[in-house]
Amino acid sequence: MSAALRLSRLKKAFGGVPAMNDVSLEVALGERHLIIGPNGAGKTTLFNLITGDLTADAGTIHLFDEDISRLRSHQRAHRGLARTYQIITLFPKDSLEHNIVLSLLGLSPLRWALFQPLASHTDLQAEARRVLGMVGLEDRATRSIGQVSYGEKRRVEIAMALAQRPKLLLLDEPLAGLSREERVAVKALIAGIPRDVAVVMIEHDMDTALDLAERITVLHYGRVIVEGSRAEVVADPRTREIYLGN
Amino acid sequence: MTRRSLPIWIVLGLALAAFPLFGGDFYLNLASQIFIAAIFAASLNLLVGYGGLVSLGHASWIGLAAYTSAWLHLRLGLGHSLTAPMALGVTTLTAAVFGWIALRATGLGFLMITLALSQVLWGTAYRWSAVTNGDSGLAGLTRPSPFGVDLERPAAFYYFSLLVAIGALWLMARFVNSPFGAALRGTRDEPRRMGALGHDVWLVRWITFVYSAFWGAVAGLLFVYYHKYIHPTTLSLTNSAEALLAVIAGGAGTLAGPIVGAAIVLILKNYVSAYFERWNMLLGMVFVLIVIFMPDGVVPGLRRYWLRWRRG
Repeated sequence: MSAALRLSRLKKAFGGVPAMNDVSLEVALGERHLIIGPNGAGKTTLFNLITGDLTADAGTIHLFDEDISRLRSHQRAHRGLARTYQIITLFPKDSLEHNIVLSLLGLSPLRWALFQPLASHTDLQAEARRVLGMVGLEDRATRSIGQVSYGEKRRVEIAMALAQRPKLLLLDEPLAGLSREERVAVKALIAGIPRDVAVVMIEHDMDTALDLAERITVLHYGRVIVEGSRAEVVADPRTREIYLGN
Repeated sequence: MTRRSLPIWIVLGLALAAFPLFGGDFYLNLASQIFIAAIFAASLNLLVGYGGLVSLGHASWIGLAAYTSAWLHLRLGLGHSLTAPMALGVTTLTAAVFGWIALRATGLGFLMITLALSQVLWGTAYRWSAVTNGDSGLAGLTRPSPFGVDLERPAAFYYFSLLVAIGALWLMARFVNSPFGAALRGTRDEPRRMGALGHDVWLVRWITFVYSAFWGAVAGLLFVYYHKYIHPTTLSLTNSAEALLAVIAGGAGTLAGPIVGAAIVLILKNYVSAYFERWNMLLGMVFVLIVIFMPDGVVPGLRRYWLRWRRG
């Protein structure tokens, strides 16, 4: 196995306007990879193409050397891909525990059990609480999503993805909208993700994100402008010009 | 069922069991029709309330099962023990194909496709006279006699339809409270997220569509046994819309809601119409009042009022 993720010449246009133009990218096993770029650069579109929420017009996506370009999003999840969303996408009427249970069910054959009461599967609930414990929310397990803070919702997003035991995790602006204290907590959470999980992260908070990243890709108008190690990308004048300013 | 609610269930069970002792034939027949309508509305609720898929073609299943059973009985002379499973099989298989077509879309697209497909069946029932007898419908049917029990008597049919309704509603309740039911509600609320979590959203919806149609077909069998007659209007848009109104009025996405909604529609239709010629107007007014005072339906609305009253 050579790479966790390999994108080759990905293209996507919306109504003739190119959003992704010949993007090629490789993420090594266990790598922490940061995607940066100004608004409209195509970062979230790139994630949506990787997860199968969008279909690429051209190009291929390989996940652990398997071509997943034509697979639907749930099939990609079954191959070890998990993600979080820039705009929080949880089940707001349900409890934190139930949100995690839905995540656990997604990869379990139990999801096809049509007549067994869900409540009888106490092992699922116990596992959900263990996962919530990983993000420090075990004591809020029975609260509904509507009753917890924005920062806690962000942590539930990450917990749902971790519950899938992913091999490649896509984090779409996991620090967006958080207070300084919450950012510290979520940053510690991301830093604690096991090293056998490759992480690709979109983030605007450069101070925090640069600490976590090993390799960085700069996107601009759907093209890869710069790619390299943290030091290389930060030192590159094109990065400064496009994203960081002078 | 909780410990606290057990006395309520016991009282309800005793009342339903004892009803034929004091209810006249008219009320027994009305109750039987409510049981049939409750199964029908509850089956639609699986799609509308739990799956977020609003269908305007659910009458297809009640009509198709009824027609298939009637045709097999009248034209081929088959007994009820054969016609019932065959009607359920034909209807469920048709639903499997219709679901495959309709679930290419969601939202308004799904609603329009289900409407269009049901109109195809409705038109066929009217026009294919050689099979359906057209506008005259199929008459001369009989009721089955399960285990030698004659269902011609209103009390016997009442108990029969009550037992079928209890079984159907229990199996539908098991379905929505299962892990699959949780996934179904998830696909209603956040389909994109459910896909990313590994759930096959399309397949979850398709299985629900077919399961829902199966129970619609069971309601169709009871319907044709009760009326001993079937007419193309059974497949009409009005019939689908009436079931949808029952679900919405009672409370979509709740187990008791469609039962209450079906009872409201049936009582207004059969009981009030005997005293009040413009019962349709009254039905409309009742729905307007429900929408104003309990926009999420009677059952959630009453629950909310009850909680508010308890809190003082």
